[in-house]
Amino acid sequence: MSVYLLRRLLQSVLVMLAMSVIVFVGVFAIGDPVEILISPDADQMERERAIKALGLDLPLWQQYLSFLGNALRGDLGRSFVFNEPALQLILQRMPATLELALGATFLALIIGLPLGLYAGLKPKSPVSSAIMAGSILGFSLPTFWVGLMLIMVFAVQLGWLPSTGRGPTVEVLGLHWSFLTWDGLRHLAMPALNLALFKISLVIRLTRAGVRETMLMDYVKFARAKGLSPARVTYVHVFKNIMIPVVTVVGLELGSTIAFSVVTESVFAWPGMGKLIIDSINVLDRPVIVAYLMMIVLMFITINLLVDLAYSALDPRVRLENK
Amino acid sequence: MKIGIKAAVLAAVSALATGALSPAQSQNLTMAVGAQITSLDPHYHALSPNFAVATMIFDTLVQFDADAQMEPGLAESWKPVAPTVWEFKLRPNVRFHNGNPFTAEDVAFTIDRVPAVPNSPSSYAIYTRAIERVEVVDPVTVRFHTRSPYPVLPNDLSQVAMLDRETHDKASTDDFNSGKVAIGTGPFRYVDFRSGERLRLERNEEYWGQKPHWKAVDYRVVVNDSARTAGVLAGDVDFIDQVPTSDLSTLKRDQRVKIAEKDGLRIIFLALDHLHPEGSPQITGHDGKPLNKNPLLDLRVRKALSMAIDRQAIATRVMEGAAMPAGQFLPEGAFGHVPGLEAPKADPEGAKKLLAEAGYPDGFRITLSGPNDRYMNDGRIVQAIGQMWTRLGVRTTVDAQPWTTFVSRAGRQELSAFLVGWGSSSGEASNPLRSLVAGYNRDKGFGTSNRGRYSNPELDAKLEAALAELDDPKREALLQEATRIAMEDVAIIPIHIQKNLWAMRPNLRHESRADELTRAQDVRPAEAAR
Repeated sequence: MSVYLLRRLLQSVLVMLAMSVIVFVGVFAIGDPVEILISPDADQMERERAIKALGLDLPLWQQYLSFLGNALRGDLGRSFVFNEPALQLILQRMPATLELALGATFLALIIGLPLGLYAGLKPKSPVSSAIMAGSILGFSLPTFWVGLMLIMVFAVQLGWLPSTGRGPTVEVLGLHWSFLTWDGLRHLAMPALNLALFKISLVIRLTRAGVRETMLMDYVKFARAKGLSPARVTYVHVFKNIMIPVVTVVGLELGSTIAFSVVTESVFAWPGMGKLIIDSINVLDRPVIVAYLMMIVLMFITINLLVDLAYSALDPRVRLENK
Repeated sequence: MKIGIKAAVLAAVSALATGALSPAQSQNLTMAVGAQITSLDPHYHALSPNFAVATMIFDTLVQFDADAQMEPGLAESWKPVAPTVWEFKLRPNVRFHNGNPFTAEDVAFTIDRVPAVPNSPSSYAIYTRAIERVEVVDPVTVRFHTRSPYPVLPNDLSQVAMLDRETHDKASTDDFNSGKVAIGTGPFRYVDFRSGERLRLERNEEYWGQKPHWKAVDYRVVVNDSARTAGVLAGDVDFIDQVPTSDLSTLKRDQRVKIAEKDGLRIIFLALDHLHPEGSPQITGHDGKPLNKNPLLDLRVRKALSMAIDRQAIATRVMEGAAMPAGQFLPEGAFGHVPGLEAPKADPEGAKKLLAEAGYPDGFRITLSGPNDRYMNDGRIVQAIGQMWTRLGVRTTVDAQPWTTFVSRAGRQELSAFLVGWGSSSGEASNPLRSLVAGYNRDKGFGTSNRGRYSNPELDAKLEAALAELDDPKREALLQEATRIAMEDVAIIPIHIQKNLWAMRPNLRHESRADELTRAQDVRPAEAAR
């Protein structure tokens, strides 16, 4: 087990290194941050000063090496734009994204699982057909459009929910959270639902397919023959067995939601990390882009690891070993 | 009547839902702006959204009024007392938010601090560089000694927010962002700032000028255009800026909002490649082979390309009326505007004739580039011009890119023709002349944004004379001559001057500004207007 963890850790360091090189070269190829950041009124002397101040006068490999040296000491550089440590900037916005992503995942599970279960158990009922048809919409409608429609209907036309922003926050453990107040929850509702729509459909489909497959298994027949109640068959024998694909997918989805909820965050002006990264790309704020992507890589590796661990808990046949 | 009831119910529901009173009664104002505030340090990053915020918390010696004319700020008057000395008389009895008095010593301190802010990606030092030293004559008199005669010093100083020597000595940019030293003399006091999200302000009850109406201001950053528009429609915010022109006609018909517009100082124009006499990188003959000379160096070709553009059509159809066709850098009323220099009329026939005279009866192929995320409808303007040129026989490939890639390529002189915009921050003509059409020259600081590398010694000479002329009428005449030279030589192809747009609740009134700044002190309840 510990050898396994160690190997995973080593892998992740390599991936993060590769990531930082790619981003460095990529940003360099896109353009010159100074051209974008500098005031149009600036003269040539001022440009040269700014290039020097941001350390962009050095050759790329030298910039990279000094970044690497600092990174080893835990310093991922200061944002060109905000003059704040990149990592701090990202961590400040993390609670907003986390609560959005977790809210969306929560919605996906509490809505998706029961509906999927129903559709799997009663595949012939018209309600099931309706659920499945609805899930196709959830897959195929673009988040951007759905977000705008939600705003048009619930904020502009009906005025039930606020259209943008995060609302009041409560400070817990030094971080700002909005899901602890009623108004904060109202702000959270639409973006979380928007983000959850795709996931709900995914969970419905996975659950239904799993249930349909499992219901025909011998052990289910045997459990029935043994005279167990239908509820016990469904919730213990079937449910536990269909959870493996659901856990995998939801886990990975959670990762990509945290990392790339860019569209939803910008439509709802949700001040999270996704908005930060898109803003940073727009002004080529390299320290933030690098720090962000490295953090995301780390997060995905962690989530993958947790998913593997969850497997072995759910299915004793899975072993975490070196092959 | 039915509609009236519906609207009333809607308003009641939304008021209930948001728990907010109408802004006029509540003395609270919620604004949503489209551009990111990167810092509260007024000397860290020279960028107009930052400056808008700076002018709410801080003050400058000289201010711009809504029409971009200079007016007294923390200085009551100013005049040159010698060719290289400007004397400013300061407003007495002004106090900072923490009670410290504002004096000439603070001016000297501010001028010292501006170039010394560490890590600045774009320093305000460009506005103080002309100053060699500051002489404190008495607490309300200060003299700026410049290296050479410098007539635009008051314009430059209108960009420099004044700080307090006592409070801001050794203050870092972080200290401003955390609010510790976000202390100025301005109409609003700092309450709370969350970078990338919102800034909260409260009224400065001791303000020396006209006190703002709002007790509390919530100044939010909402970059997405649709989100901002939805916000004001839903009543979550009272006021937004940068209204997208695609929503303009809908919003104008909607009872829930009111639009304010103002002719701006930002010109949208095409720059042409003057750097490569042996053939421009993106121009070829119709056979796809590069030409052995650059057709854009021929004045007749430049004139033809300008005449082929139907500016009126772009202003009404692409811009939905939010633009004025332009024939020079600045709108009427600005210092250095040339009376009678109109936008060229669309004349495709005349353009064809000129092109034939220049030796290109069948035209050539060219790539027209531009950003697609920077100026109002930029990508669509480029497309429209591409079609107009193609009709002329100049087969145009349109290449609209994100600003980040576009501006780097334009800065490396890789493009043949491209669309850019320019906002004249000083509100007078030396600013665009110097940056856009003066020959690229590092020592003089000329031609910094002259990415096509146009160069004309006659124009440069006029501009240099203007920059050293302290007499206003004489300077204006010189600037007008330089502008005329640039326009007659088609140094750039002006397209239009943008209108600035804001949308707000109908019970508000906005003193809309030519310089695009969005500030809480410019908004008041409509009834207070009378």
